[in-house]
Amino acid sequence: MAEVLVYVDHVDGAVRKPTLELLTLARRVGEPVAVALGSGAEATAAVLAEHGAVKVLTADAPEFADYLVVPKVDALQAAYDAVSPAAVLVPSSAEGKEIAARLAVRIGSGIITDAVDLEAGDEGPVATQAVFAASYTTKSRVSKGTPVITVKPNSAPVEAAPAAGAVEALAVSFGEKSTGTKVVSRTPRESTGRPELTEAAIVVSGGRGVNGAENFHVIEELADSLGAAVGASRAAVDAGWYPHSNQVGQTGKSVSPQLYIASGISGAIQHRAGMQTSKTIVAINKDAEAPIFDLVDYGVVGDLFAVVPQLTEEVKARKG
Amino acid sequence: MSLRIVVCVKYVPDATGDRHFADDLTVDRDDVDGLLSELDEYAVEQALQIADEADDAEITVLTVGPEDAKDALRKALSMGADKAVHVEDDDLHGSDVMATSLVLAKAIEKTGYDLVIAGMASTDGGMGVLPAILAERLGVPQVTLLSEVSVEGGVVKGRRDGDTASELLEASLPAVVSVTDQSGEARYPSFKGIMAAKKKPVESLDLDDLDIDADEVGLEGSWTKVDSATERPARTAGTIVKDEGEGGKQLAEFLAGQKFI
Repeated sequence: MAEVLVYVDHVDGAVRKPTLELLTLARRVGEPVAVALGSGAEATAAVLAEHGAVKVLTADAPEFADYLVVPKVDALQAAYDAVSPAAVLVPSSAEGKEIAARLAVRIGSGIITDAVDLEAGDEGPVATQAVFAASYTTKSRVSKGTPVITVKPNSAPVEAAPAAGAVEALAVSFGEKSTGTKVVSRTPRESTGRPELTEAAIVVSGGRGVNGAENFHVIEELADSLGAAVGASRAAVDAGWYPHSNQVGQTGKSVSPQLYIASGISGAIQHRAGMQTSKTIVAINKDAEAPIFDLVDYGVVGDLFAVVPQLTEEVKARKG
Repeated sequence: MSLRIVVCVKYVPDATGDRHFADDLTVDRDDVDGLLSELDEYAVEQALQIADEADDAEITVLTVGPEDAKDALRKALSMGADKAVHVEDDDLHGSDVMATSLVLAKAIEKTGYDLVIAGMASTDGGMGVLPAILAERLGVPQVTLLSEVSVEGGVVKGRRDGDTASELLEASLPAVVSVTDQSGEARYPSFKGIMAAKKKPVESLDLDDLDIDADEVGLEGSWTKVDSATERPARTAGTIVKDEGEGGKQLAEFLAGQKFI
């Protein structure tokens, strides 16, 4: 069976969930060979093996942290040269997409980004994408070179599928271009203790109707009662009520959770583009005419400051 | 010496309109109005601010697209860019990101540049990979997804806010930069700017001018193929209740029924 390269997104050896989902999809098109780079790369092997990686190629060097993107492309290309895979799969993070894209140029291949599903086809992997603010579903494939495909979080279940997962050191020689963009400093994002927005099973978002940064605790309390991530609409972010890193929408993050709860969000196209593929959608809004109600499975027309705290209390009570 | 800035912009179907695919599975441009991709306005704005800070700078705005794409160039010129380059050729219809980036890279090299600036993504395809691809094709550093950017003494500096960290980046020119919607509100063209734009030069180039073969671009020459595009079925109407004091409890009941609680 053909080998498929899977680029591993991890933080100091802790593999992020989208990579495990990617291994589920990779097994549909071949035998996953994982590529883990940077500090803690070898520590990823056990969990990758548990989820189907037949082999884990690892490399660490200061270049991966000190320079932007290109050293990782050099390493992924080294893995590509060593394996000659049938496809290369990368998680659809901002950095993941850039790494995938530059690799695709180097190996003369087409690229598909933000796939939400993947299946084997007669002419290579077929990727499903949600486009035009998720108003269309397309099926596409790479027609030149080795398919390079990035996949969005929450596109497949995480499945245990034990495999050998033998660790092999990957020899990487960095090109002169790899040190072109220096990372002068790095400030880790402060952890809120809540799930990562793009990975969360439940997202609770607030918009213009929250009416002030000081009121966002109402949204946060509901999120915490459900173990959810907190999102915000562009209006709320532009007003400075919540950080841009939590923005859901076309210019922010695209989320596809099991449950999306929109509070005080009208549902402009910009926002819908980032959440329309959510499985179950709930909205709370004073305005019965708000376009968000066209999308919902359940909507409450009412004041969020009455409805949301009542819901939070009820969730806490039911969870005991 | 003059700082040569090339801003890559895209003419896209209005995202607030009803967007569709044509029979050949390319974007249907007849059905909906086109405009300068909103995210590219931030790129034009940052180019203008960098040019203001430089002793001497010239901003060229570049697009690849059909005749109507001139509208996007005009908008950028009316904001304050100095000149425009429009790559237009019937054989370009249906080009994917690899084909388009090939054309852009050749046009950028032909124009000459110290700094290329683009938006973080288009508002139609929304891939967000073009700036990285251009950097790879041009063989220059990428300084991408910046919420802050400045150029001084032949060095570009910027801040990139990622998922797990915020990074300060730096690279020597020439380089490719992309900016996010956090980089600063784009200015509105003034009446004077709109009038001045009418007199600014727009150079037209075709594939021959760029030494590109027709079979490297277009629908057939692209690196990817769309096999099908299906309109997402309208959601079945959900339950909508009016809060009369029990709205939160009713919602909890629904969530419990769906096993979320």
